[in-house]
Amino acid sequence: MSSKSRKLQYSLAINEALHQMMGEDESVFLIGQGVKSPWYVGNTTKGLLERFGPERVIDTPVSENAVTGSAVGAALVGMRPIAVHPRMDFMLYAFDPIINEASNWHYMFGGKLPVPLVIWGIINRGGEQAAQHSQSLHAVFAHIPGLKVVMPSTPYDAKGLLIAAIKDENPVIYIDDRWLYEIEGEVPEETYEVPIGKAAVMREGKDVTIAANSYMVHAAMGAAEQLRKDGIEAEVLDMRTIKPIDKGLLAASARKTGRVVVADGGWKTCGVAAEISSIVSEEAFGCLKAPVVRVTVPDVPAPASSVLEKIYYPDSGKIVQAVKRTLSHGKEA
Amino acid sequence: MKHYSKEFLIDLYRTMVRIRLCEESLVEPILNGEVQCPVHLYSGEEAVAAGVCAVLSEQDYVFGTHRSHGHYLAKGGSMGELIAEIYGKEAGCSRGRGGSMHIIEPKKGMMGAAPIVGGTISLAVGAALASRIRKERRVSVSFFGDGATGEGVLYESLNFAALKSLPMVFVCENNLYSTHMPIRECRSNLPIFQIARPFGISAFRVNGNDVLKVYETAKEAVDSCREGRGPVFIECLTYRLRGHVGPDDNIQGAHQDIRPEEEIKRWQRRDPIRNFRKYLLKNAIAENDELATIEQAAQEEVRDAHAFMKDSPHPKQKDIGKHVFKEQKASV
Repeated sequence: MSSKSRKLQYSLAINEALHQMMGEDESVFLIGQGVKSPWYVGNTTKGLLERFGPERVIDTPVSENAVTGSAVGAALVGMRPIAVHPRMDFMLYAFDPIINEASNWHYMFGGKLPVPLVIWGIINRGGEQAAQHSQSLHAVFAHIPGLKVVMPSTPYDAKGLLIAAIKDENPVIYIDDRWLYEIEGEVPEETYEVPIGKAAVMREGKDVTIAANSYMVHAAMGAAEQLRKDGIEAEVLDMRTIKPIDKGLLAASARKTGRVVVADGGWKTCGVAAEISSIVSEEAFGCLKAPVVRVTVPDVPAPASSVLEKIYYPDSGKIVQAVKRTLSHGKEA
Repeated sequence: MKHYSKEFLIDLYRTMVRIRLCEESLVEPILNGEVQCPVHLYSGEEAVAAGVCAVLSEQDYVFGTHRSHGHYLAKGGSMGELIAEIYGKEAGCSRGRGGSMHIIEPKKGMMGAAPIVGGTISLAVGAALASRIRKERRVSVSFFGDGATGEGVLYESLNFAALKSLPMVFVCENNLYSTHMPIRECRSNLPIFQIARPFGISAFRVNGNDVLKVYETAKEAVDSCREGRGPVFIECLTYRLRGHVGPDDNIQGAHQDIRPEEEIKRWQRRDPIRNFRKYLLKNAIAENDELATIEQAAQEEVRDAHAFMKDSPHPKQKDIGKHVFKEQKASV
């Protein structure tokens, strides 16, 4: 296969996936609040309305519950909808169609009807947007059986995981972050799938594993670079699928390095970092040289003031500190 | 009176009788504990399912509620698979994973029933949206109760369906009680059908115990949908002759109906099946023997359904995780 590739922005990689999938499969359609407004969805939907028309690019009233439910219903009768929530916080109105209906439908009807649906939630961290426009709610959805949850961190995965999510027979929660939209990376022109359920090694190392996702992968890469200057070789994993999570790669890396730091943009309590820590202790306990350390946002709603935001969102520096803590374990006295 | 073929009228009668006898066959097994899952019997409301589904083809979609045995049977679902489901058997329509409140037969357009009040209304909207996108003539029907009028999603759905002019019929089965709560304690404005009008949706209230009235109204509604004139709302006034859940209102184990005795008696006199039977005899559409034969055949079907259930095994415990996800076809 010819794999012509060029640099593309993360948001435009999403846009390309949408164009290609809607072009390829007439059952794919996009529905949600703000699909024709760059203010809501950036340039991710550029050109879709002009190309596919309002029948398949449906900007909706502010009715998250009914609109998400409509996407579920359309999926039940054979369509492949993508329902977008331009602020992930707004998805909370749609808990019933997502959690009670979409995630349960295939199981509770004994496998009679699949729900090939993508629910796309955009995290809008920072920018003094405060507590209801910035929440990272991936752990909430990862808790639910019957949902898959993906969080691409690179333009390559943004496209490949979106295509995989659209082609999946099950409801997939696709979560991105506006902080990622301008990041550039190599993206093949043709369609391709990044398999759901597989993590990626972003950087190899022998001293410590940093398991991160979404924007925190970039913070982790920055941390690894700083650590290298101190002679510490960090292995960075991109846990780009939160559910089902890639236990194999995580455990293998933990066994190799014996030290794990988790970097997650969600809250600490009952979060994805806790889950990853738990998997490491279940799968690699005997190899651990230090307890797993979690780097997350604190158990506090997001503040508005940028002064508070500065300490709220974890950065490379916090990850470096966490790595140093795990490396000094047992040496304190 | 409109002219209907004898065959059509007999079919309506048969559907209602099949539902009633199926429901009543569950009373004993519920009381003696054989049936363990919560069962919301449809007895008394048969005219709604029979009348509406008589208008629909297998291509049309139906979504139901916790009280949907009638919708399932009227839409063509197998009685044996229904009974097996209620008993948690592998041969059940949902493989024993759903129980009485989760019944389905996609091949007949019964796309699923679920007990989150109002939860399936928007799913029916989505099925109608799919019809619109694919330029099909299929109509989508949402059955829901009067209790669902307290849910915000109904109003969101009415607006969205009207806005997009979707081929969808909202069928509210108003049985006057939201579980134990009389409607006057739930709603500030009693006539439910009026809620649809501010959205520009044609809305009707019919005697939900009169199967022909239900049929005629549903026929107009479905025809209008097929012509692309947007959604229609029908409120069917009816009454459950059994409890909210189980044979009687056994809430807190009291087995005492919370409803006034006089009210129950009044509605027993309005029994949709007994009255339709009288109508068929009075208008010389059918002889008593003929109707008795139909009733007997339905009784046999019920017996066969229970026998089918008994022959079916329970799901295997090792399969508890089966069906959480649909397995992916290998990517090309």
